[in-house]
Amino acid sequence: MDFYLSALIQGLCFSALALGIYISIKIFNIPDITTDGSYTLGGVVTGVLLTHHQSPYIILPAVIIAGGIAGALTGLIHTKLKINALLAGILVTYSLYSVNLTIMGRSNLPLISVPSLFSLLNLVADPNQNTFWILSVFVIIITFLIGYLLKTDFGIAMRATGNSESMIRALGVNTDRMKITGLALANALTALSGYLIVQFQGFADISMGIGIVIVGLGSVIVAESLINWFRITSVWVILALVLGGAVIFQFVLAFTLALGVDANLLKMVTAAFVLLIVSLPRLSSLKAS
Amino acid sequence: MIAINDVHKGFNKGKANQVNAVNGITLSIPESEFLVIVGSNGSGKTTLLNLVAGSVFPDAGSISIDNNDVSKLADYKRSQWIARVFQNPMSGTASDLNILDNFRLASIRTKTKGLSIGINDKFKQQVREKIETLGMGLENKIEQPMGTLSGGQRQALTLLMSVMDSCKVLLLDEPTAALDPRSAEVVMRTADKLITDFKLTAILITHNLKDAYNYGTRIIQMSEGLVLRDLNNKQKSDLKQNDLFDWFS
Repeated sequence: MDFYLSALIQGLCFSALALGIYISIKIFNIPDITTDGSYTLGGVVTGVLLTHHQSPYIILPAVIIAGGIAGALTGLIHTKLKINALLAGILVTYSLYSVNLTIMGRSNLPLISVPSLFSLLNLVADPNQNTFWILSVFVIIITFLIGYLLKTDFGIAMRATGNSESMIRALGVNTDRMKITGLALANALTALSGYLIVQFQGFADISMGIGIVIVGLGSVIVAESLINWFRITSVWVILALVLGGAVIFQFVLAFTLALGVDANLLKMVTAAFVLLIVSLPRLSSLKAS
Repeated sequence: MIAINDVHKGFNKGKANQVNAVNGITLSIPESEFLVIVGSNGSGKTTLLNLVAGSVFPDAGSISIDNNDVSKLADYKRSQWIARVFQNPMSGTASDLNILDNFRLASIRTKTKGLSIGINDKFKQQVREKIETLGMGLENKIEQPMGTLSGGQRQALTLLMSVMDSCKVLLLDEPTAALDPRSAEVVMRTADKLITDFKLTAILITHNLKDAYNYGTRIIQMSEGLVLRDLNNKQKSDLKQNDLFDWFS
């Protein structure tokens, strides 16, 4: 049971990341892979500030700002220097590795017996369940904020930017600035996932972000298949499905491990799972014909 | 309203494939004039329209709108005066957003897109009433994504969207090129009605000589980046449709 509870908790930790990827890939139509760097950045900033006994009221905004800056940098490189978004993301992620190492001063930072977000409140006796409840509230608040944002005039303009750039420019929106803001928002969310997971795992590590973009992509793709399947247009349902996607994705991984698959093969299994989900529509139409 | 003063625009300067699209055009378009531009492919019509819209900037010369020099003003800033309808119906609307969201953005074209929710029952009612005037039966589909509509429906809605907010200049770049004859007629009639009702200054680029003959208060023919013919309202009404065909032979 505990095994699946921690999968659920991990899924919730990754839901901010999934929302971030949803914003960059689905809303802005920009394949942003700054994710690997900004996720670690969020984790590293959290770890260092926690060990320096900073107040949670400082850590949370610091993480959001750090992630936002990373995303804005990618956005600036992409829009102002007209560099391909993938390359812009790779460059920022690559340099963030050095930034993260410099901030931490070493490659691994244990946070054992350091008070965290999850020990702030004691709602239930079991620490994992306590984490689950705090996390749920946290994720619900974030989802609500993003959902509200997408409903506002600014949010509609954001959604239109990734959809029809010529139209939204003719309607008076500076699309460059909009993309930079969007990537900043996406990576601030990604950094929040780093913030959550570090406090859940109890350590920050320089390589924690390697390939994490796949986790976000996988979650969004699972959500997207459901969105297309049921032809969903409501912003709230879509966001809920993205959260659901993040949780389902972690459950699949946990289940794979429970089946006794070698942990070394986990990344390959993850990749295969993502491939399967992406190709499902094509495979089913092949079968039909 | 629009003053174009000795404007030049070329592409790929200094390379083998250099193109001088606009070669020193001077044109004054007074308020509420409906200017029709005809000309063969490559005559510089679209470049001229893009220069007015701000999608490209002139190499030399100046452009002013409503007595403001806009020669170097970005397109999204010129939207305070200008609304556009593109040749491709996909370009003028956002397919994944529903009709309502598209209209909401259009209704705040000249304003900041802020952090408040602007779509309420009053706004929905307003959009429904606007759309009803098209007579396409779209007023009950305002929650439908734009992408589910036909090209003609999208162009007609794009036209309506242009007058959701204060609008002085309407730029129409071959708005009916991708449409079937019946939809094309609806779109052109809607455009003409809006231009008259709202006293808009309009520029229409078209390859359809029948439309060029039927609509507008002035017509120019462009060739090799220059104005070849320029006929005012009186001269245009004296023109016969066959004369127009002769321009191209």
